[in-house]
Parts: sequence; structure tokens; C-alpha cells
Amino acid sequence: MVPLSWYVLLSAALFTIGIVGVLSRRNVFIILMSIELMLNAANINLIAFSHYLQNLTGQIFVIFVITVAAAEAAVALALIILLARNRGTVYVDEFNLLKG
Amino acid sequence: MINQLIFAYFAAVIIVSAVLVITRRNPVHSVMFMLLLFFHIAGVFVLLNAEFLAAVQLIVYAGAILILFLFVVILLSVEQEAKAARANRFWPWLAGFGFVIAGEIALLVLRGSFPGEGKLAVKHVGAGVKELGVELYTKYLVPFEISSVILLVGLVGAVMLAKKKTRE
Repeated sequence: MVPLSWYVLLSAALFTIGIVGVLSRRNVFIILMSIELMLNAANINLIAFSHYLQNLTGQIFVIFVITVAAAEAAVALALIILLARNRGTVYVDEFNLLKG
Repeated sequence: MINQLIFAYFAAVIIVSAVLVITRRNPVHSVMFMLLLFFHIAGVFVLLNAEFLAAVQLIVYAGAILILFLFVVILLSVEQEAKAARANRFWPWLAGFGFVIAGEIALLVLRGSFPGEGKLAVKHVGAGVKELGVELYTKYLVPFEISSVILLVGLVGAVMLAKKKTRE
């Protein structure tokens, strides 16, 4: 029997890696993948608590999270294609259109 | 005991490949490590008796989302990737903050206790596909329908954004 805290620690580590990836990388693809990492950390947490509380609500919410992640990936990749076509770069610190 | 060993293997591969995802220079390599990560997360789901979600994880994440990423990365493969800086100039600070945050969460989890962890689930009242489907189509029917609207918006939005403007 694996203790619940192990799952929580795993998902905390995964979530932190995702945060560091979002904040520190320049390539917009890696930033999107880090967001997926964070969503997966939340999924692990939801399923672990759903298992240990013997309640299926957590698994239902994971289905919704996966749905939102799929829609988000589609829209975000379309935005990236648009940005790369208009600005010619995929590095976030070169997108400074709003800088006065 | 064997469960704990299996969990340790999955957790180790997940953490290592997550670190590799955010540190590789080439985005294609990152996508490949992400694939490895998703397979092992599906393994963790199986360990937690969520077989249906493990299959969904493989089909939707590894099969659909990641292939979409791979296509766009290859489509927009940029030549300056080899010599451009990977991270912005604050990355040592951010990595340090990451360790601090992870350490804080680990401290909280290890010093606290979860209510009800004593009477742990050995009994396992059915969490199979059937129970999941019944729950999803009765109690959570409205959110389920709304999620179909989200998917429709994603579909139409992606097409509208990425299509070329035609001049009339």
C-alpha cells in the first residue's frame, strides 16, 4: 500500500517543475508543455485523493481537466502559429508589441 | 511492498523526464521526454485503480495533444534554436524558488497527516468504468455537456485563428 503522502509529494514536485519551466524558459512550446505538466500534477492529486477517499468525483474531474487541456492545446498552438507567422519568432521575450 | 517499488520507479522516471522536458534545447527532444512522462503517469493511474483514466491519458494526451505539439514544433522548426539562449536571465533565481516551494510543500505534507488515512481503502468499492460512466451521466451530466461546448469552441477557435486571411 503506497501512502497518500507519496502521491502528494510526487505531484508537488511535478507542479514545481512546471512552474519553473513556465517562468524561466524562452521557447513558447516548452512553456505550453510546462502548463501540461502542471495539469498532470493536478490530475495525479485528484486521482490519488479519489482513490483514498473511495469517491469517484476526483476521477470525473480528471476527465474534465483532460478536456480543457485538449481544447487549450488546440487554441494555444493556433495562437503560436499565428504569432510565428506574424513576428517570425517563438521566443516569448521577443513578443513586445505592448511595450510603449 | 511491491506496490511501493513500482511507485518509486514511476515517480523517479516522472521527475527525471519532467526535468529533462524543461531543460532540453531542442523542443522535439522535449516532446519525446513528455511522451515518456505521460506513459509513466498512466502507470501511476493504474496503480491507483483508475484504469479508464490511464487509457484516456494515453489516448488523449500521448495520442492527440502530444502529436499536435510535435506537428507544430516540426512545422515551425527554427534554425536559431541551436545557439539561442534556452532560459531568460532570471533562471537561477527561479530554480532556487522552485526548490524552496517544493521543500515547503514537502515539509507540510510530511509533518501533517491526512484525515482518514488510517482506515485506508483495502475494500475498494468499485471504481471501474461502469461506475464512472454512471456517475458521469447522472450526477455530472450538465458539466459533461458544457465540456462538449468547450471542445467545440476550441475546434472553431483553432480553425479561425490559424487560417490565412483571404483578401476579397
